[in-house]
Amino acid sequence: MYDFEYHRAASADDAKSKFGGADDARYLAGGMTLLPVLKQRLDQPSDLIDLGDLDDLRGISEDSGNIVVKAMTVHHDVNTSDLVKSRIPALAHLAGTIGDPMVRNRGTLGGSLANNDPAASYPSAVLALNAAIHTDRRTIAADDFFEGMFTTALDEGELITGVSFPVPEAAGYMHFPNPASRYPIVGVFVAKTSDGARVAVTGAGACVYRVPEMEEALNADWSPDAVAGIKVSADGLNEDIHASAEYRAHLVTVMAKRALAA
Amino acid sequence: MSSYSIKMTVNGKEVTGEVEGRTLLVQFLREHLGLTGTHVGCDTTQCGACAVHVDGRAMKSCTLLAAHVDGSDVLTIEGLADGDTLHPMQEAFREHHALQCGFCTPGMVMSAIGLVNDNPNMSEKEVRHGLEGNFCRCTGYHNIVEAILAAQETMRG
Ligand SMILES: Cc1cc2nc3c(=O)[nH]c(=O)nc-3n(C[C@H](O)[C@H](O)[C@H](O)COP(=O)(O)OP(=O)(O)OC[C@H]3O[C@@H](n4cnc5c(N)ncnc54)[C@H](O)[C@@H]3O)c2cc1C
Ligand code: FES
Ligand code: FES
Repeated sequence: MYDFEYHRAASADDAKSKFGGADDARYLAGGMTLLPVLKQRLDQPSDLIDLGDLDDLRGISEDSGNIVVKAMTVHHDVNTSDLVKSRIPALAHLAGTIGDPMVRNRGTLGGSLANNDPAASYPSAVLALNAAIHTDRRTIAADDFFEGMFTTALDEGELITGVSFPVPEAAGYMHFPNPASRYPIVGVFVAKTSDGARVAVTGAGACVYRVPEMEEALNADWSPDAVAGIKVSADGLNEDIHASAEYRAHLVTVMAKRALAA
Repeated sequence: MSSYSIKMTVNGKEVTGEVEGRTLLVQFLREHLGLTGTHVGCDTTQCGACAVHVDGRAMKSCTLLAAHVDGSDVLTIEGLADGDTLHPMQEAFREHHALQCGFCTPGMVMSAIGLVNDNPNMSEKEVRHGLEGNFCRCTGYHNIVEAILAAQETMRG
């Protein structure tokens, strides 16, 4: 790891001003992605701004039909929250599938979304539930947030503060984990929202995406059978030693079916 | 680059040190404090050999900065036994022959105590899932799982 200047932010404002005052800074949340990246020397920031002391960016609450999860909330807390388990059980379940218990004790929602790994779990829930991402300067709709591989709508230095997840009528998540890394090879989140059915797929493509043909079928009939016959195209899907594009396309249908049965 | 003065509690004792921004917690424990019970297996956040508790939660110390943990309460494998009396999890590992080469063992024990603290009524399946972040190249896990199931009974009291 190349060395860097380390700073601890005392508040969100302090974090932003330290970020602004540095050459080429990164925020540090749980470090479960950033530190492995730095160890591999894939990135060389001049400064790290640690968000660990920002207690007001931690916590889960309910606010007019939304479950609001603050950015620094760790995966373990989402997985075990009584509020999340009772209002959006599929979201609690998803948080419990991320990595392993020690990763879940440290990794945060904000870090996961800012990073937007093609195989990250949370983006599927955020997109399917039509959640809103709150930052220090605006609110971004899920449909506008995830732009491409490791790319989001966030501007330089923009700080995610939390996410509002509208409580759906029904939802489910199922993934097929890579047996070594535990990241989803394909994960599918289905939700029956006030705007109709939404289906979001992670792991299969360069970035999380929706499947309109499944959504249409589910608007007519919310059941595993409704999607069982829908084959998605393998064009442009990821291909690696773990799974071919065709296999990933096949898994999208299987995981969607299982998510609806869950 | 700058150096940073840090202070934390390790196994009940207050310790201080001077570290670089990039110094990992596991480096601080092993190289600055001489606490070599915490191992580095992969250095890529996968194997769990480096597991310690930070403020009561099990974490991978190869993927925490020492500066990040400044002011925290850290527990390592060296802090478990009470004199000659092993912690119930250590005793169960011994009793159930849950180790061969022993390389993974400190991390297994620290991680397992974290699992029992979270849920002292785990099924065998839950124990196996709980160990997803801990690799053992020797035992095939069977006796590790047996040991944790036995230790959770003792720890429940
Ligand atoms: C062994 C292992 C297995 C894993 N398995 C999975 C898995 O199955 N599914 C999955 O989704 N993830 C997985 N992860 C990744 C994990 O979920 C990370 O915790 C997460 O991706 C990043 O969160 P973090 O808090 O650790 O962020 P960090 O690593 O601290 O930061 C990641 C990036 O986000 C930026 N950032 C952090 N917080 C904010 C913020 N509030 N506002 C703006 N930018 C911010 C940082 O600058 C950095 O660029 C795994 C990780 C490991 C090590
Ligand atoms: S050495 Fe830390 S997880 Fe392997
Ligand atoms: S006992 Fe040798 S790695 Fe586990």
